[in-house]
Amino acid sequence: MSTNNPHHTITIDAIKRRIAGGESVRSIVEEALAKAEKVKDYNPLISVTPEAALKRADELDARLKKGEDLGPLGGVPYVAKDIFLAHGTVATAGSNILKNFDSPYQATAVNRLEAAGAVLIGKANNDAFGNGGSTENSDYGVTKNPYDPARVAGGSSGGSTAAVALGIVPFSIGGDTGGSCRQPASYCGVLGMKPTYGGVSRFGVIPYTTSLDTIGAIANTAEDTAAVFDVMAGQDELDSTTLPERPVSFMPKDNKPGKLRVGIIKQHMREDVVQPEVIKAVNDVAEKLRKLGHEVEEVSLPTLDSSLATYYIVAPAELSSNLLRYDGVKFGHVAEEAKTLQDLYGLTRDQGFNAENKRRIIMGTYVLSSGYIDAYYRKAQTVRTKLINEYAKTFEKYDALIGPVAPTTAFEIGKNTSDPLQMYLEDLMTVGPSLAGLPALSLPAGFDNKGLPIGLHIIGPQKSDALLLAIADQLESAE
Amino acid sequence: MIKQEVLDQYEPTIGIECHVQLNTKTKLFSGASNDERGKQPNEATSPICFGLPGTLPVLNAKAVELAVRAGKALNAEIAKVSSFDRKHYFYPDLPKGYQITQLDRPTVGNGEITVPVDGREVKVRINRAHLEEDAGKLTHPSGADYSLVDLNRAGTPLLEIVSEADMHSAAEAKAYAQELYLLMKYAGVTLGDLQHGNMRFDVNVSVAKKGAKEWGRRVEVKNINSFRAVERSVQYEVARHIELIEKGEAVKQETRGWDEAKQRTVSQRSKEEAMDYRYFPEPDVPPVVLTDEEIEAIHADMPHLPPHIRGELARLGVDQATAETLILHDALSGSGYVHTVMQVGAKGPDGAAKFTASWLVNRDIKHRQDNPTQQGVPSDDQFIAVYEMSGAKEISSNGVDELLFMLKSDHMLSAREVAEAKGLLQQNDTDAIAVEVGKVLSDPANQKAVTDVKNGEMKAIGFLVGQVMKATGGKTNPAVVSELIREALKK
Repeated sequence: MSTNNPHHTITIDAIKRRIAGGESVRSIVEEALAKAEKVKDYNPLISVTPEAALKRADELDARLKKGEDLGPLGGVPYVAKDIFLAHGTVATAGSNILKNFDSPYQATAVNRLEAAGAVLIGKANNDAFGNGGSTENSDYGVTKNPYDPARVAGGSSGGSTAAVALGIVPFSIGGDTGGSCRQPASYCGVLGMKPTYGGVSRFGVIPYTTSLDTIGAIANTAEDTAAVFDVMAGQDELDSTTLPERPVSFMPKDNKPGKLRVGIIKQHMREDVVQPEVIKAVNDVAEKLRKLGHEVEEVSLPTLDSSLATYYIVAPAELSSNLLRYDGVKFGHVAEEAKTLQDLYGLTRDQGFNAENKRRIIMGTYVLSSGYIDAYYRKAQTVRTKLINEYAKTFEKYDALIGPVAPTTAFEIGKNTSDPLQMYLEDLMTVGPSLAGLPALSLPAGFDNKGLPIGLHIIGPQKSDALLLAIADQLESAE
Repeated sequence: MIKQEVLDQYEPTIGIECHVQLNTKTKLFSGASNDERGKQPNEATSPICFGLPGTLPVLNAKAVELAVRAGKALNAEIAKVSSFDRKHYFYPDLPKGYQITQLDRPTVGNGEITVPVDGREVKVRINRAHLEEDAGKLTHPSGADYSLVDLNRAGTPLLEIVSEADMHSAAEAKAYAQELYLLMKYAGVTLGDLQHGNMRFDVNVSVAKKGAKEWGRRVEVKNINSFRAVERSVQYEVARHIELIEKGEAVKQETRGWDEAKQRTVSQRSKEEAMDYRYFPEPDVPPVVLTDEEIEAIHADMPHLPPHIRGELARLGVDQATAETLILHDALSGSGYVHTVMQVGAKGPDGAAKFTASWLVNRDIKHRQDNPTQQGVPSDDQFIAVYEMSGAKEISSNGVDELLFMLKSDHMLSAREVAEAKGLLQQNDTDAIAVEVGKVLSDPANQKAVTDVKNGEMKAIGFLVGQVMKATGGKTNPAVVSELIREALKK
């Protein structure tokens, strides 16, 4: 765990021990709410729900008095990225178009966390509809980096990661479509993981890119991250893309990985692209892994050079489709002044969506349009298949891959906002596993010369989630 | 009005797309009810129907099963792997802004059906049949500055059956539409309630001079929901096209609607502005994979279809026209005629099935219309009993009718007992009848008729037969009476 953090972070285990020792859930939740209030200038949360949270805390305390077991996350407070629908909260997706959306159903992930005893205290800030890599595209203000408020927390799940790094909660849940949990985790010095695609149900989660969206967990340790996935993961009849099987445990008791063959992704270690301290951090981890008995060597995945372009065709395409329903007819923002159907659609969407949303909608519509779809969308999906095959071939020889999560550490607020392409480049390393449906995590791996956190990317073949967490756990203990 | 000689110079070409509402309990991708009859607007819905953020479509397995059944009825290939695509456009009755349909890999592929038309058979090839969700309904109250959206129908399961352009007359088009209806209804694919739009037809019509190498411009007439309207709209369009062509004008390629009240087609939107639907594979719904065993099992479990039934009825001696009427009547009103005829054929003597079929078509249909509360059908055993009694001349043909109308209300009734009780049994005993004949012939009131017959005026026999019938309360077999009178008066 990082000791550079100016904020005091917490673990699930610490909370559970306090409750086991007699502290009330109410006391725990009050503390989390107070912390959220104290650090609100960092803007990690779009909404806080103290009444609902305390009511729930009291319910849990009543059950504790009866001697009931609250569950594996009993009494533990958490926040959810504002793309999760949860009873008693509004879900904005970080956008003005859903400012007051109060839904009649909640996400399966939230249901399962609730059943395990966790207490939702608020909704975390994010780039609207996941469109961004810094949370600067949130319609509710940017989230500041806990290590340096002049810098971004990362995105799109900037709020979720900041909330953990700020010590408000021991864990949070977010969405990871192209790196949205991993990149901010690397900027904020916490652990952020995306599971194998289909590992956690997407029901009740506002989508960005359907074929890439995953539900991620953010915490301070591999153990805590595993505990959250243990609760959330598994088939859901409400989401046909969930996997029929899941690991019995994301961190079984004897989780020490055997001797592994680990590859350092050559394409992501380019000195002309990556900050020197980041390269050094990765090499340091490589050394650590060797000391732990694993084989580590460089491996080349040439198709990765096309992965960012592929992502920025596929993602806007599906996004443009997923955002069509925001039309002022059924829910969400309505342009009251519209007099014709055309105006209703045009004005509602113009008013509700921000510049980045519109940029991606137009890009997505374009790459799917007749005359262009073959050259762009279908071509991109073909490259995607190539990438999937390349990873699969690589994993025949290697058990896991490592590299940087992002080319740099957290950048200054405003630095990339005038250059969308520059912003897209922040996703360079993280989109590959997303396109191939692979599990991947960002593990805190030191700091740069400014004291800003660096994240190590660990990637595995599909369904190797527990292995990645085992490697992370082993590295944590080796510190 | 176009002269027949002109019409005869042209050959119409017609293709039909039919949207069939599938008979499932719930919608194609959600658990909301698939039955909007009697419901308030937006009552048969769920968050998925509204396209609320975060909801996901989940495929209804029964819909797939019905598509496979439809495929069998169409003699079509069933795709082992099929998948869904998104079709995008903005309209208030389309909550997600896209329709989930099947473009690239439909569940049902090429097929062919044989359509009976005016005593001949026309083969119509099927291009494909695919699953898709229906849109909701818009109402535009007149004079208002708003429109109303009802999403009850949004998401309901449809099977779109696309034919090849293999029809060449309005009669063939109508017959195809009707045959499709029969096939889908008998296969249990749809409830087939045409009143409620369970089947909607889009007809594509073009006209070209006979022997021309190219087809004419194609016009689509959408949303027709009766066989008659299919026929009329094709007739109208063919005439309209021919008129334009004869005048030297071009037929505009467009979409039209059918105005039932005015019995004409009306222009709706020009097909020239072709919409770009930006189709791409639906990532929320995994491909449907069917094994040979699964397909076999579905096919093995299907009810008998009209082609099979026609063969069976023919074997039982029922003529084609009667058979068609039985099949159609059952579909339209659930009368169960075919089943009864088949059972009679299986259990009864030769000719019984034909007798039953004939009686149902010629006598029962009208009786039902006139007596809406009497919708039953006599049982197979009852029909067999009546047939045998009729064959033994124990009842007259009027007696047959009366008896069967009585029996249809209760299958437990014995035909013979009812006939006896109601005095329907005819006296066939020749000796007994001869006594009655003797009485009538010797009655002074009848002497003129007797003399007429003796003088060769056979028509007078009818009067004498009538007198015997009157005297016996109609309980004698008139044929026997007539014969006895002739015999008696020959002497």
